[in-house]
Amino acid sequence: MKKYLSILLAVVLAAASCAVVTSCSGYEGEINVYNWGDYVSDGSGDAIDTIAKFEEEYNIKVNYTTYETNEELYSILSSSNTQYDVIFPSDYMVEKLVKEKLVQKLNRKNIPNSNNILPKFQKMNFDPNYEYTVPYSWNVTGLVYNKKLVKDLKPDSWEFLWNKNLKGSILQFNNSRDAYAIAMQMCGVNPETFTKADVDKATKKLKEQKPLLKKYVMDQVFNEMEKNQSAIAPYYAGDVFTMMLNNEDLVGVLPKEGSNLFVDSMCIPSNAQNVEGAEKFIDFMTRADISAANSEYITYASPVKGAKELSYKELRESELVYPPDSYLEKCYTFRDVDADVYSYMQEQFVKLMS
Amino acid sequence: MRLKRPSIPYIAWMVVFTIIPIALILFYAFTDSSGSFSFEAFAKAFGYTNVFLKSLWIAFISTLICLIVAYPVGYFMSRQRKSVQNVLTMLFMIPMWMNFLLRIYAWMTLLQNGGPIDTMLSLLGIHTTLIGNQGAVILGMVYEYLPFMILPLYTVMAKIDTRLIEAAEDLGCNKLSVMRKVVFPLSIPGIISGVTMVFVPTASTFLVSQYLGGTDDLMIGDVIDKIFWSDHNTGSAIALVLMAAIFVFLIILNLFGDEEAIAA
Repeated sequence: MKKYLSILLAVVLAAASCAVVTSCSGYEGEINVYNWGDYVSDGSGDAIDTIAKFEEEYNIKVNYTTYETNEELYSILSSSNTQYDVIFPSDYMVEKLVKEKLVQKLNRKNIPNSNNILPKFQKMNFDPNYEYTVPYSWNVTGLVYNKKLVKDLKPDSWEFLWNKNLKGSILQFNNSRDAYAIAMQMCGVNPETFTKADVDKATKKLKEQKPLLKKYVMDQVFNEMEKNQSAIAPYYAGDVFTMMLNNEDLVGVLPKEGSNLFVDSMCIPSNAQNVEGAEKFIDFMTRADISAANSEYITYASPVKGAKELSYKELRESELVYPPDSYLEKCYTFRDVDADVYSYMQEQFVKLMS
Repeated sequence: MRLKRPSIPYIAWMVVFTIIPIALILFYAFTDSSGSFSFEAFAKAFGYTNVFLKSLWIAFISTLICLIVAYPVGYFMSRQRKSVQNVLTMLFMIPMWMNFLLRIYAWMTLLQNGGPIDTMLSLLGIHTTLIGNQGAVILGMVYEYLPFMILPLYTVMAKIDTRLIEAAEDLGCNKLSVMRKVVFPLSIPGIISGVTMVFVPTASTFLVSQYLGGTDDLMIGDVIDKIFWSDHNTGSAIALVLMAAIFVFLIILNLFGDEEAIAA
């Protein structure tokens, strides 16, 4: 037995000395940041590595991990003990997290830059009194088509995703909420929030579309469109901007009936350990120069005053990245939907694809 | 119970990474979202019966093709000089060192319209779409899992004593009879572990069909992936049914061979 005890002791000692080493490494603290994959400027090319810059300026170590969907974020926050200090939920997820008290009110005094958020993003419906969020980035969904493959058509509406002349060459979102939003718009249902009956209507619309489709895609859309494999696809307009840089035949349009305005915000979870560090991080990310760097990297719009002006010309002048206010009036922003209705939609979507 | 102390880490591992996760899946599968006992998740899971059967079908066809392709390869390898055998084994292993998804991306590029294979076929006057159908999914599966069929077959066949084959030949067997009466019976354990190692992962894999298939080729692994985040219960129920199906399959398979293969 003694032998095992000594092994155990050795392990504990080794672990303890590791802990000492990290605490002596020069950082004054650490924060756990949980963000979307590939969603901060990472220093490639001559871009700023925003996370490294924060660590350097504030002497706080950032433990950076990523997720792929809002639902994954929710699942981790609500059912695991993992503690995060800063998270980046989208609009409807913010509403859900606030309802379930999983995020805390922010102390604006400690985040002075949060007052530099453009006024229209300080009164979004998911946080009407601007208490829980500091918006990080925003954009809308749009259409991309290949002018050589659309046979003289000039797509300017979601309707073209149902166009029989483009059969076998149309793509659709492989993401229930985005695909249903488009179908709901086509059926005259407001996609902000909906009932099971609305889901059924939209499912019917999506079933009509299925025989015309080539594929349901997310990231694969880049390959499909840039390599001339498909004629038309809905996607996030900022990403359409990127695709157009890689293939001259691609055209991006904002559908005339309006689309989904989405806003991803920074929040502090209720069980955060280092609130002070989180506030510093959020404040840093909301600096105009940093926000501009991140916006240039992810090619979505920045909600920070002055960041747009600091971005390079093509980006700030693109209607895909920065849609004009007149267009935003036609847009809707997702609201939280009952868990029951949400999983019903997910279920119908999976059945549609099988 | 005569447990030896060295087995403690193994048992701890089993409890933490096998028993507890299975218990959790069982718990989720037999409860509803409020946590009370219910068969609702199974009722919903059976809404995906068609996907389920399709996945088993794709797995079956892929396994069959793997077996047909791998059997002669394994035999050929096992009859080479030792040094040649090692080189050939390496050649089959090296592609497996590459990331699974990268290899699927490679197939996407190869198969897409205007890609190398499509271009060559067009020159021969064959115009067809190679990607976005069930055939492409099966091709992807066979490519991914072929080494898992070749290696166990080769290992078992390499152990077959050459003298047995010579004896059969001396006693008047032609090549076919040697295969049928000597090599095949002795290679059954290899077939069983090969089939297990290919069928089980192909039945439950995900992403391959999303990348190589079309709008209809979702497999049960993809369904679990998509359903789980919004509905743990149904996701777990589907996973459990899949586990049960695979378990039954392994039992049936083992009726044909010795017990060792089930562990493979």
